[in-house]
Amino acid sequence: MIQRMNWRQGLSVSVTLIGMLAVWQLICVLFAVPAYLLPTPLDIGSRLISDGDVLLRHTGITLFEIVAGFGLSVLFGIPAAVIIVYSRYFSQAVFPLLIGLQCVPMISIAPLLITWLGFGMITQVVIAFLIAFFPIIVSAVVGLKSMEKEMNMLAMSLRASKLQIFLYFRLPRALPSIFGGFKVGITLSVVGAVVAEFVSSDRGLGYLQLVANAKLDITMQFCVIVMLAVIGLVLYNLVGLIERIALPWYRASRGGE
Amino acid sequence: MRSKEIVIRDVEKTFQTRGGAVQALSKVNLNIEPLSFVSVVGPSGCGKSTLMNLLAGLDTPTGGVIEIGGERVSGAQEGNAVVFQRDLLLEWRTVIANILLPFELHGVTWLDRKDRTTNRQLAEDLLRMVGLEGFGDKYPFELSGGMRQRVSICRALIQRPTLLMMDEPFGALDALTREQMMYDLLRLYDQYKCTVVFITHSIEEAVFLSDRVLVMSERPGSVVRDIKIQLERPRNLSTRMDARFLDCVKEIRGVFQSQGVLAEV
Ligand SMILES: Nc1ncnc2c1ncn2[C@@H]1O[C@H](COP(=O)(O)OP(=O)(O)OP(=O)(O)O)[C@@H](O)[C@H]1O
Ligand SMILES: [Mg+2]
Repeated sequence: MIQRMNWRQGLSVSVTLIGMLAVWQLICVLFAVPAYLLPTPLDIGSRLISDGDVLLRHTGITLFEIVAGFGLSVLFGIPAAVIIVYSRYFSQAVFPLLIGLQCVPMISIAPLLITWLGFGMITQVVIAFLIAFFPIIVSAVVGLKSMEKEMNMLAMSLRASKLQIFLYFRLPRALPSIFGGFKVGITLSVVGAVVAEFVSSDRGLGYLQLVANAKLDITMQFCVIVMLAVIGLVLYNLVGLIERIALPWYRASRGGE
Repeated sequence: MRSKEIVIRDVEKTFQTRGGAVQALSKVNLNIEPLSFVSVVGPSGCGKSTLMNLLAGLDTPTGGVIEIGGERVSGAQEGNAVVFQRDLLLEWRTVIANILLPFELHGVTWLDRKDRTTNRQLAEDLLRMVGLEGFGDKYPFELSGGMRQRVSICRALIQRPTLLMMDEPFGALDALTREQMMYDLLRLYDQYKCTVVFITHSIEEAVFLSDRVLVMSERPGSVVRDIKIQLERPRNLSTRMDARFLDCVKEIRGVFQSQGVLAEV
């Protein structure tokens, strides 16, 4: 049943998309919109193919930065959340500071990072990491703190050790919230990597975008946007897929979302 | 393991809260014989749950002692099992995995293949006894409230408790399911023979199930009446029409009335 709903939903989404592209194409042709202002979907399509190798190379670089940055934020964010939840000092002194830091737009430190780390890929990775780190740590802390008092009583009555309480009760209870953080994090990582490339890079989709812009190559700019959309969609859905596989009880219990 | 006598002597419990000290229990004294079914009734907030938590070793009294089989209770003990008002199933585990949780926490891992299959068998037998055959691989969200509470009872029974404590286990259920659960519980009690301490709001439920009903006063709670229920087992629908059943219910009502807990307009 759920399978079928997905299939139908997929169909209606694609039909709508194709319809919108058709309208776009039609407007461009009917009103003779010049290609240097707005290319037609077909122009963009053929450009995607003809310049495919360049696009793919830069996509690979950006993708790497995103995945590396996001991976690092998971790698550091989850253990940090565990420390915050279990340590009084960290939860009362460090965590509020982290929340405050979250309000600083991470992009604004990009120039600083260039000074410190140079123009290499590392700057982009660090920004993608920083920008995803906060939502991941915050949602993990919230999730890990959400174990009810009664659940704790049950665990005590079953004589579970501290480690067991974490592994059997607290962590599984936190997973939906943690995955929520991942979803926000991965989307932000994409933003972080691209903006970082705008600021400082000689590679990647952000760089390609800037170059195309300087050359008034509107079609290329659209191609970059398409690639970024694809990256964003694929990564987001990948996280969603892992969530669905890891937490079969969660989505279904909430009516399949 | 054999069920042991429970001795509660001068037990007091005072909670320190922001609004000052709250005395929940004052001088509770009672003995509970092994293998008996004892219910505790009392008005809301009189300290029934507090008493059960102390007995289960989930909290410590601020005065007095609780002994089970001559040993002072400190911390949760092997042989005790608790069923809470909310079923507290782990949403991320299937029904079977929920029932087997106590085993998993105590060293029966997936490595112990043989134990694993026999344990699964045990869990499935229990499920059959509570009328949930074939629900083992479902997740809790696929069950109704009554079914979930049955599973939590299975999770308690699989530990083969010598002392089973239940804190208003049927409180959240509708009247019909509630009645069915009472019959089921009596059947399980006959098969699993252990001491049962059963907390409830319902006078009828207490009288129907128990060998003994303890009536508690309003907060700070203490036991104000100890009523033996002389109805023979097995008990069934007709028990509820029995004059002695009705007398007991009336007697407990009377206690509440004299305490000012139940007042007519
Ligand atoms: N952890 C706690 N901290 C502070 N006060 C508490 C705590 N637990 C219980 N109390 C207080 O102790 C009293 C008895 O609570 P308890 O939960 O034992 O009542 P109860 O008889 O189980 O009530 P009910 O039938 O409504 O479940 C209440 O007045 C309550 O406010
Ligand atoms: Mg209670």
